[in-house]
Amino acid sequence: MIPGREQPTNLQEFLEGLWQQNPVFVMVLGLCPALAVTVSAVNALAMGAATTFVLLGSALLVSLLRNFIPREVRIATYILIIATFVTIVDYLIAAISLTVYEALGPFIQLIVVNCMILGRAEAHSSKNPPLRALTNALGMGLGFSLGLLALGSVRELFGSGSLFGIALFGADFQPWVVMLLPPGGFFVLGAWLLLFNWWRTRSPATLKPAEVQGHG
Amino acid sequence: MADASLSQIFLATVLANNFVLAMFLGLCPFIGVSGRLNTALPMGAATTFVMLVASLCAYGLNYLVTVFGLEFLRLISYIVVIASAVQLVEMVLKKYSPTLFRALGIFLPLITTNCAILGVALFQTAREYSFIQALVFAIGAGVGFTLALVLMAGLRERLNLAIVPNVVQGAALSLMLAGLLSLAFMGFAGLGMGG
Repeated sequence: MIPGREQPTNLQEFLEGLWQQNPVFVMVLGLCPALAVTVSAVNALAMGAATTFVLLGSALLVSLLRNFIPREVRIATYILIIATFVTIVDYLIAAISLTVYEALGPFIQLIVVNCMILGRAEAHSSKNPPLRALTNALGMGLGFSLGLLALGSVRELFGSGSLFGIALFGADFQPWVVMLLPPGGFFVLGAWLLLFNWWRTRSPATLKPAEVQGHG
Repeated sequence: MADASLSQIFLATVLANNFVLAMFLGLCPFIGVSGRLNTALPMGAATTFVMLVASLCAYGLNYLVTVFGLEFLRLISYIVVIASAVQLVEMVLKKYSPTLFRALGIFLPLITTNCAILGVALFQTAREYSFIQALVFAIGAGVGFTLALVLMAGLRERLNLAIVPNVVQGAALSLMLAGLLSLAFMGFAGLGMGG
């Protein structure tokens, strides 16, 4: 916390990730899983839930250990903590649903290198008490899931004419196969970002272009 | 999968299954570092080298972990090895080529969180590649990554001269560009060597 600045309320911490600093649409972080697995809404939800779990677990542990971790090795420590939780979630998903596990493939284990999680550990959890860190992590996780769902449902809707596996358009619908292919992922995310940029330039309250460029 | 020929693996990884444009690995540096052409190439080379080291180590680690029945430690050991490999590259570069070290700057340590590197290790394990196959796979992945990075950097340098509406600027435009590139690379899928 910056001294002299008012402490944000728990609600603000929660909403920060869900909306103002949405990891997918505003910060453009964690793109690799966001694009790779979102060919359907179900996959997107599973990925979102897995990421949220890892985010919560690592936020709690990092926050509890924040006074014990030496500064020099903090990044390595964070990565080890995150990798532990990813291993847990990897085995959990395999135990719960083998179809989802096979659909997501190595991308579950790739959650380790999701820069959003490491970014949270470094920028927030390591400086805040457990409850605050957890609230923020929950907001971020839900925001990330929301972003994935927005991508996944659009791609599934146009790519296979269904939503959550339920056909919506009848038999005459000609699916846009490109939506399920890699270029479709880039285009849909680009279009969402466009929409957000447009919305931001229109509403005067938040007249600030994205300061944080995608990186990491 | 395990009996694919070496040239097949190499070409498929560079073109048809390009790591960045078809498998969405290593997108963060792809969007973040591809602003200028003269940093794109060294960055690609450094990443390729780390991929090679990571692939070698991952092969050995996978063997060890399987022999001792400790599969749940696989992911953790991979990530530790990758982090150390990046540290090693950083130290070697600093000693033998300070100019390149300064040019790459902050992007060098960030290679650790490049999902393409961990991706190489994980995919070679999942596909059960032999030692030589894994090496070729790692080199192919690196070359493919460099190719995508250089192409994108060239496009973005040209784009700096173009007049673009405010709304589209930034990540949205980069993503649209990447989509077009990806569409172009899909043409290689017709070479009929899939996987």
